[in-house]
Amino acid sequence: MGTILHRMGDGSIIETTAKEIMADLVEGSEDAAERGRVSPLKKEEYDYLLDIFCSPYKFISVEPGREVVLTYDAATLKIRRVGVHVDRIAALQIYEKLMGADTMELAHVDYSFKPVKPIAKFEQPILEQALLATHIPLFYGAQPNLGLYSQPDGPFPNPAELMPMGKIAEAQASYEAAAEHLTRDIVYTSSLMIESGADGINLDTTGSAGDADFLATLLAAEQIRAKYPDICIEIGMSGEFVLGMHSELTYQDQRLAGMYPHEQVKLAEAAGATIFGPVCNTNTSQSAAWNLARAATFIKACCEVAQIPIHANMGMGVGGVTVADQPPVDVVSRSSAGMTTICRLDGL
Amino acid sequence: MAITHSHASGMGGMRVAGDLVARVQMTRGMRIQEAKAYVAEKLGVAVADLTDPIMMTEVRTDLGLGLVTPLPGVPKGIEAKFNIARVLDIDINCVQRFKDRTA
Repeated sequence: MGTILHRMGDGSIIETTAKEIMADLVEGSEDAAERGRVSPLKKEEYDYLLDIFCSPYKFISVEPGREVVLTYDAATLKIRRVGVHVDRIAALQIYEKLMGADTMELAHVDYSFKPVKPIAKFEQPILEQALLATHIPLFYGAQPNLGLYSQPDGPFPNPAELMPMGKIAEAQASYEAAAEHLTRDIVYTSSLMIESGADGINLDTTGSAGDADFLATLLAAEQIRAKYPDICIEIGMSGEFVLGMHSELTYQDQRLAGMYPHEQVKLAEAAGATIFGPVCNTNTSQSAAWNLARAATFIKACCEVAQIPIHANMGMGVGGVTVADQPPVDVVSRSSAGMTTICRLDGL
Repeated sequence: MAITHSHASGMGGMRVAGDLVARVQMTRGMRIQEAKAYVAEKLGVAVADLTDPIMMTEVRTDLGLGLVTPLPGVPKGIEAKFNIARVLDIDINCVQRFKDRTA
């Protein structure tokens, strides 16, 4: 059998064979299955992924009828990030009218709740004007980003400095205090955006600072749900498992540290989330096939137990997408179709 | 990358019925197949029609649900969202607040 052009997790091109791709698919899936204690992919799923990776075409898609809804993180910022000089309402219209977006998100350039809080009242009129001019559902989104609450950026002692000194209890206390402030900031800012008419709140990149970050987000979702029973709340994760930076935090008597997507989603549901966005991080030292099979294994297990819609994170460096500023279309389309088809996703 | 996902797996936004299916997911918490069936029933079309831009442009024009190309005289922006809320029998937050502020 001839060689096949393939890519590594960093996007670099390699030459491989169908036999090697199949070996990578099995190894990637079994890695996820072992770590998450979930089932590996089935033979027909390996065969499907092998087919799309062996296809000579640049672009792969789902079959008609299997299309899903797309949600975005920080969409308006990505127009500005590449140096296109349009304001945020125009950026939203570009997504809506030119890019085939099913939903979109208004966001501030400093994409975290802490910096948004003091300027939230300046964000509201922009959101209100955007809602008058656009048609598709509009989220307001930001990251919980608990790291901003530690010194020197925030008011609380830095746990990363306390732990090496053996001050474990002090570090844990700092995380707990910071989480309380984060919950309040998320609820305050989200409430203003909902009062301005937002269709939903996107709590994006949750858990980036570990279990305390995840806990603060769950508690915020719980409070937003109680205050606004009909509003859409999307919780998107930052990694495939919750880092145990505090290590002893629980939500509804379940320890958060070390949770994988199929466990995270049950807590998101309990907190009142409408949509959950699981993540599987890309390993740049492994092939695209290894990464996609691994991601599909984690996310399929999550979809199987979920009661709410699942929108898998498929941006740069997650969901089988390569880690590169310009992810190649061949890999993105294969990951998009492969994940959507195997996991039976509700969205991306 | 957003365009690649839109072409590979996305419904296609307001070129078709992607925004409508999204609204049903967001307001009623439906999984994708259930949401598509709900929207198709409300629009009086087959599920397969939801991603056909020819069929959906006709449906969106007839029901005033908003068009990519803003023809003169057809509902746009918040006007179209009033119609979307009525046709899909869902609450849209900004539509409700518009009513509250102008009543």
